[in-house]
Amino acid sequence: MTDRIVHMLVLLVLPPLLIGMINKTKAWFGGRDGPPLLQPYYDLFRLMRKGMVISTSTTWIFRAAPVVTLATVLLAGLLVPISRFHAPIAFTGDLILFAYLLGLARFFTTAAALDTGSPFEGMGAAREVTFACLTEPALFFALLVLAKASGSLTLTQMLHGPVGGFAAATAAPLVLVAIGLFIVILAETCRIPVDDPNTHLELTMIHEVMVLDHSGPLLGVILYASAIKLCILGTVLLHVVAPFTTGQVWLDVPLFVLELLGLTVVIGVVESVMARLQMRHVPYLLIAAMLFCGFGFLLLVR
Amino acid sequence: MLSLWMVLAAAGVLALSGLPACLLGSPSSTGQRAATLLMVIGSGLGLGGLVLSLGQAAPPALGLAWLLPWGQFAVTIDSISILFLGPVFVVPALGAIYGLGYWRSSEHPDNGRRLGLFYGLLAGSMVLVTIARDGVLFLIAWEVMALAAYFAATVEEDNAEVRRAGWVYLVATHAGTMCLLAMFALWRHATGSFALEPSAAALAIPAGVAGTIFVLALLGFGFKAGLMPLHVWLPGAHANAPSHVSAVMSGVMLKMGIYGIVRMTALLPVGAWWWGGVLLAAGAITGVAGLAFAIGQHDLKRLLAYSSIENIGIIAMGLGLALLGRSLDRADWVVLGMGAALLHVWNHSLFKSLLFFNAGAIIHAGHTRDMDQLGGLARQMPRTMMLFVVGAVAICALPPLNGFAGEWLLYVGLFRTLGPGPGPDLGAGAGLPVVAVAAVALAMTGALAVACFVKLLGAVFLGSPRSPLAQHAHDPPASMMAPMALLAAGCAGIGLFPMVASPLLEDAARTWAALPDSSATIASLAPLRWITALGLGLVVLIIALVLALKVLPRAKVVARTGTWDCGYAQPTTRMQYTGSSFGQTLVELFAFVLWPKRHWPAIRGLFSSSAHYKGVVPDTVLDRLVLPLFHVAGRYLPNLRVLQQGQTQMYVLYVLVIVIVLLIWGQMGGQP
Amino acid sequence: MINLLNAVLVLVLVLNLFALGTSRILAVIRTVAAQGVLLGVIPLLVHKHLTVPVAMASIAAILLKGMVIPAIMIRALRDAQIRREVEPLIGLLPSIILGALATAFALLVAGQLPLAKQHEGALLVPAAIATVLVGFILLTSRFKALSQVVGYLVLENGIFIFGMLLIEAMPLVVEMGVLLDLFVGVFVICIIVNHINRAFSSMDTRRLVSLKE
Repeated sequence: MTDRIVHMLVLLVLPPLLIGMINKTKAWFGGRDGPPLLQPYYDLFRLMRKGMVISTSTTWIFRAAPVVTLATVLLAGLLVPISRFHAPIAFTGDLILFAYLLGLARFFTTAAALDTGSPFEGMGAAREVTFACLTEPALFFALLVLAKASGSLTLTQMLHGPVGGFAAATAAPLVLVAIGLFIVILAETCRIPVDDPNTHLELTMIHEVMVLDHSGPLLGVILYASAIKLCILGTVLLHVVAPFTTGQVWLDVPLFVLELLGLTVVIGVVESVMARLQMRHVPYLLIAAMLFCGFGFLLLVR
Repeated sequence: MLSLWMVLAAAGVLALSGLPACLLGSPSSTGQRAATLLMVIGSGLGLGGLVLSLGQAAPPALGLAWLLPWGQFAVTIDSISILFLGPVFVVPALGAIYGLGYWRSSEHPDNGRRLGLFYGLLAGSMVLVTIARDGVLFLIAWEVMALAAYFAATVEEDNAEVRRAGWVYLVATHAGTMCLLAMFALWRHATGSFALEPSAAALAIPAGVAGTIFVLALLGFGFKAGLMPLHVWLPGAHANAPSHVSAVMSGVMLKMGIYGIVRMTALLPVGAWWWGGVLLAAGAITGVAGLAFAIGQHDLKRLLAYSSIENIGIIAMGLGLALLGRSLDRADWVVLGMGAALLHVWNHSLFKSLLFFNAGAIIHAGHTRDMDQLGGLARQMPRTMMLFVVGAVAICALPPLNGFAGEWLLYVGLFRTLGPGPGPDLGAGAGLPVVAVAAVALAMTGALAVACFVKLLGAVFLGSPRSPLAQHAHDPPASMMAPMALLAAGCAGIGLFPMVASPLLEDAARTWAALPDSSATIASLAPLRWITALGLGLVVLIIALVLALKVLPRAKVVARTGTWDCGYAQPTTRMQYTGSSFGQTLVELFAFVLWPKRHWPAIRGLFSSSAHYKGVVPDTVLDRLVLPLFHVAGRYLPNLRVLQQGQTQMYVLYVLVIVIVLLIWGQMGGQP
Repeated sequence: MINLLNAVLVLVLVLNLFALGTSRILAVIRTVAAQGVLLGVIPLLVHKHLTVPVAMASIAAILLKGMVIPAIMIRALRDAQIRREVEPLIGLLPSIILGALATAFALLVAGQLPLAKQHEGALLVPAAIATVLVGFILLTSRFKALSQVVGYLVLENGIFIFGMLLIEAMPLVVEMGVLLDLFVGVFVICIIVNHINRAFSSMDTRRLVSLKE
């Protein structure tokens, strides 16, 4: 029972902190003090207390999308194990549900963007679905590698590895998969070099431009959901690259949180030292991610 | 036995349902109502027969001698037939009800009766196709089905585009029938009879002949099912038929091609592994390429037609996995692959019919099939849009609707081809990891489907109207809404409770591969109850979050304004992203298959004059391969007309020559 | 140990693809420098015991491949004021795909080769073949003289990995000689680049064709 409570706590409370950590890292690189670490929490509370301004051209899709997105990422979060605990929900084949829940979120987010009838939001939606067509195969190659290496179709076991850890021969494929997954995370959570979460030029954005018209609590829900998405995708990656445990349950969770924060620092560093790619070059990066995961698969089964 | 007679009676009632209207003489709504009533009665009768046959130990069979020189009137309903008969009894009847509002005989006095006649004949012949157990009977039913579909789809024959689509269909379907004729001839040669029943003779077919029969079946039935690159007829025919005919063609008739492949592979001896490999590869290519083409379309019904091709690809992937499992002796692949394929047959017939019905409602409202002219229909047609969203989410295979349940089984099956690992989930038998790459192709179709249907949803229903065409649009009448609502309910039902279907699917898979009853069950390989639990969980969570947002003290709409225009002072509705612009990046990504034709405006200097962009994605196979080939043939083959002398003597001479040649061939030791 | 080795080799392969897919010469040079550092680690992993020759090979590789040569090249790049785009003969995406095909080919072929027992689990051979092939792709598909030097470096890296198979049998001197050759070669090319640039104000190998007479 405790493990479920801890899981829920981490899943619900931690994500905004990760965003804060990224922003802090970027501020540090830019030589600024930056917003406080807890700023994303303040933002969420502030948004929740505001009223909404809604476009006259929108329908129920526009209001349903943030809610559906939050529901799907929460449910997806219940499938991914945190630290050494088993995920609250684990069954054979849950990895596919995980991927498709994120697909459902994408369906509604992009539909809501088109709902406003704004050319910019349409542009963002078009980019989102296009890039998803390249990240999805990469993700599934990664899942294939993990399934083969662990002999399981349950995310918990795939990510924890079989008893006694992954076999020695899987080290090289897992390195490739980790690189591919990292790129997938950057793309799915809309970070540089794929997307710039801070820019204010609508022409160059993907995710931020899709939610231009959302305001108040709806915007808060969207920001919260995308933070959770970052958290669960980061968790997946962490299980691949840093499967460390101390053996002590009460130490494992803080260690895990530290690892997650470390990952966000890495993302912040990447954002600070790289420029956003030209839009037409983004597919190259994603195809490279697909190739890395594919090579991981080839290496494992050859 | 009663069940079989009921199904036969249903076939008769369905086939003749359009007749009373023709006998009435003048076009009237009475005739159409009578036809619809007969369709509903026939379908009810048939469904009753199916339910009765479920409980029986041995499949009911019937064999009657007839006057034709070959074969006999042999029919059987086994679990495979039951699964394919389901859509046949559901979709056409719903389509007939839909037709009451969509194709009123008062509005179409010229062709209403003709449509009713052939529509019924199409449904009835499909019943016969799925239960026929004799090659000759099967071919007769098959040909009636093909021709009835032709006449039903080309009712608007004064339109040149419709005639062209009809011709392409006719040529393609007969190319397929030719392959089937060859296949049945070979079958008869190998087994000694036309009977389509498992027999010792059938199991003793040598591998080479069996392989040839398999390839011929794949080609012949592939034309009907629309496997790439045999899909050439499909987009045109589906786009130009009346919407409820499109629904029946796409939702049910394509599945007859799939049925043929399932039936023939069930009868043939266990084949080499390449059978499954070919089908799996064809399915994967069809799936990805079908959607890539779909995204490039302007015409909303063409888009739906290409998406049908994609779904056929998914079904073919399931069949390929099952065939591989049968060759390599992996019962779990068979059960999961076959289960996924057959469940997807059902699923596709539900959501694709729903979407075609929806397309009909849109065309009624907007008077155009061009997505780039539509937009903003959501405010005028809220209920239609609600049902469309259900269909779109289902066809994208997103939880919690039915598309997901079917694809999930397929994914689990494909992952199990990885071969044994340290854990227990992948089974113990040897794997074939190459096959698992198909899971990646399936994932790509999933992402492409989201792109495709978000495009359709956005271009038609969301945003603001792009043209005044649809200013008087409104939700269609109840006769059109009710069938759509029923289909949507079916999507939700199967999506949330897929385990209801699993005994039937397991039974069909066992019949197909002759597995023992004790072999693996779907529930033991893929716990469907979790899909139910999480589907319901998702629904509850969404409702809870909606309520939670409602309780927030200040979460009120404080202002309604125009969409944020990013500072541009005069936004117009023409600046919205159209369907074409939405799909453009993907079209470019897939340009190596799509070969889009584009006309770029040349914009020079300041204040350039008005320019326009035009982009079309033609069908690569039809427009760049088949039609040029036909043009070449049309140029050179007329030289053969010298044979057509028009003199009776010459024709008698031809007959004489052929008789002599045959006699010599017989003497030389050809087949007696 | 072999896992760590394989992980490093996989990173080498990844860097190959990055070198093919990057559009800036500076980034390509840095990628190859990183590859050189990784190569320097390999001798330590192949060998169970740390001996003086092994340590020397390692240090020499890291110093030369990872620092000195890239530094020279970056300097030449700055001095020659070359445009920073790579200008490939075939597009970046096709070169990535070619590289991917070459890597897949190497992985599959190496599985068929008869290898000594102690090297069977390791990826040394496929990584070596793949790196050599990528080097060839870089050499043949790039116009700029400097990016051709990069291709040459990648090619040599592949040979270096091959050398690891033989490091016990082959005298260290040979490897050292190769490294020295490489160093001198790059040194000379960079000087020449500078001079050509001053004389002709172009670094495009397509134009250097006119010097053939």
